[in-house]
Amino acid sequence: MRKSLRALAAGLLLAGSVGAASAADKLKVGFIYLGPVGDLGWTYQHEQGRLALVKELGDKIETTTLENVPEGPDAERAIEQLVRAGNKLIFTTSFGYMDPTLKVAKKYPNVHFEHATGYKRNPNMSTYSAKWYQGRYIQGLIAAKMSKSGVLGYIGSFPIPEVVSGINATMLAAQTINPNIKVKIIWANTWFDPGKEADAAKALIDQGADVIMQHTDSPAAMQIASERGKLAFGQDSEMIKFGPKTQLTSILDTWGPYYVERVKAELAGTWKSEDTWGGLDSHMFAMAPYTNMPDDVKKMAEDAQAAITSGKLHPFKCPVVGQDGKEVECKGGANLADGQILGMNFYVKGIDDKLPGK
Amino acid sequence: MELVEAIILAVLAASTPLLIAATGELVTERSGVLNLGVEGMMIVGAACGFAGAWLTGSIFIGALFGVVAGTLMSLIFALMALGLAVNQVATGLALTILGVGLSGLIGAGFVGERITPAVHLYIPGLTDIPLMGRVLFGEDAFVYFSVALVASVWWFLYRTRPGLILRACGDNHVSAHALGYPVLRIRTFAVMFGGACAGLAGAYLPLAYTPFFIPGMTAGRGWIALALVVFSSWRPGRLVVGAYLFGAVTILQLHAQGWGVGIPSQFMSALPYLATVIVLVLLSRARTGGSTAPAALGTVFVPDR
Repeated sequence: MRKSLRALAAGLLLAGSVGAASAADKLKVGFIYLGPVGDLGWTYQHEQGRLALVKELGDKIETTTLENVPEGPDAERAIEQLVRAGNKLIFTTSFGYMDPTLKVAKKYPNVHFEHATGYKRNPNMSTYSAKWYQGRYIQGLIAAKMSKSGVLGYIGSFPIPEVVSGINATMLAAQTINPNIKVKIIWANTWFDPGKEADAAKALIDQGADVIMQHTDSPAAMQIASERGKLAFGQDSEMIKFGPKTQLTSILDTWGPYYVERVKAELAGTWKSEDTWGGLDSHMFAMAPYTNMPDDVKKMAEDAQAAITSGKLHPFKCPVVGQDGKEVECKGGANLADGQILGMNFYVKGIDDKLPGK
Repeated sequence: MELVEAIILAVLAASTPLLIAATGELVTERSGVLNLGVEGMMIVGAACGFAGAWLTGSIFIGALFGVVAGTLMSLIFALMALGLAVNQVATGLALTILGVGLSGLIGAGFVGERITPAVHLYIPGLTDIPLMGRVLFGEDAFVYFSVALVASVWWFLYRTRPGLILRACGDNHVSAHALGYPVLRIRTFAVMFGGACAGLAGAYLPLAYTPFFIPGMTAGRGWIALALVVFSSWRPGRLVVGAYLFGAVTILQLHAQGWGVGIPSQFMSALPYLATVIVLVLLSRARTGGSTAPAALGTVFVPDR
């Protein structure tokens, strides 16, 4: 305890001496990144969010970023470093930072923390994530319309609820267009290995899939689909450069609006601990322009997007039928409850595969 | 039949970087030096290879950049581990960390840029032969080079006098030194050869495999190459088998998932590694005794004058 107090005192002194000269009244905002900002995927999009924040509130704030921070004990040190440097609001942008963030948050009750995609909170620690399954529903509609073979290829990262709910949303949408649609699923068991993602895309195409979807981070699958004259969806960021005639649309992580909103709250003194799980309606993510498809498909996609945004359409509208043919208990009234989607660990009817670990 | 051809093509592509990197490391280890920095040298090779190809528009020059970058990285290792006789394991690990950072720095400006990938060979008539045509006569130059490389290394190690001397350094550096061979110089060359190969293997990724650059794109292939050297019990012939086996299992498990074979994907992803372990065990049981590793592997040598 004494040790940490001394460290805190030293940190305050340091922060004071550095901060006093330049920006005494500027709010310091810190970001912890998992990868390099140039990964073209997850971290890149968080960096775009920070840039949007700087553009909007740049004269009132000062931002600091730490890249390539591994999840685990190192993260704790990095987060604490940002606290000692005088940051009053700190965004930790990966699931694995959850426990380290909580630990530091408990130590510094006067600093506010925001953790992306986690579920643990504290009076000074919020969580935020996005309902990407909404975007995947739209992709499912497009895929079913555009597929000639009736076989979709899906590259999964890890069989966690976020990915599984994405597969189910895709399939439920596709079935509304073509009840006999098939989806082939390959788990890469990695978020990022361009070579393996490319191999998975090759395997799916060689087995007859003509629309490729991915829940892994690199543009490798897009590039393979492009090489072979097939269609594909991007992930996290705009990937159309890698397949100008291939990309149908892409789910874009747009953190900017959220970051601006939270920093404004901090500046106004109204920040409080919350859990934000936003969708298309709250601009937590966006869809890249609908390209490489006929006008009627484009219109269908845009209509679906509008309906989801307005709340008229919900991808997991009850009844939802599981792979075993049994109806899934509907806890949310007309639609599955958020908790059911956040913990989804089953495939819906029509997916001819076994969920790993089930 | 088309599917079989497609699978073989994918296997060849997946195995090539492993084969090139592992061949280089095999020569390094045969000289008695354990360089665990393969991943670091590879990743710098990937960044420099892409930079070279993007700046000049030539895949060949890109590959050359990769080779030079890998060699320079290995010289850092040689300076520390051979020149200053620092612990080889620690130096190698440090080299990997340095390489990961350096590649991010070098590659930062090239993220998202595209190049035209290495062209595949096409001989009218031959390449069109069903099934084996594209496999034998339709690959990119890296694939053929990797096979030629490992064959040359075999010939060098077992059929030439310098190769014999190199192996002698790895088995007993004191004797080799007593016989008047410049152990440190020979080892330095072996380390540089390993670095050149690792750099080229890294360059293969953004030049032919997935023609774009993203930090971290080697994704642990350097470590697999290191394991393959052990797997091969330091023999080039077995190295070829190991590299293709690894590539084959990797690709086949992806296809098995696509076919819906009801085995958990986590297990399937672990298969290549499991296969490696199983073969290692079988090999060690089949031997008549004693280790096949170069006797002086990883030991520091300071010549007394």
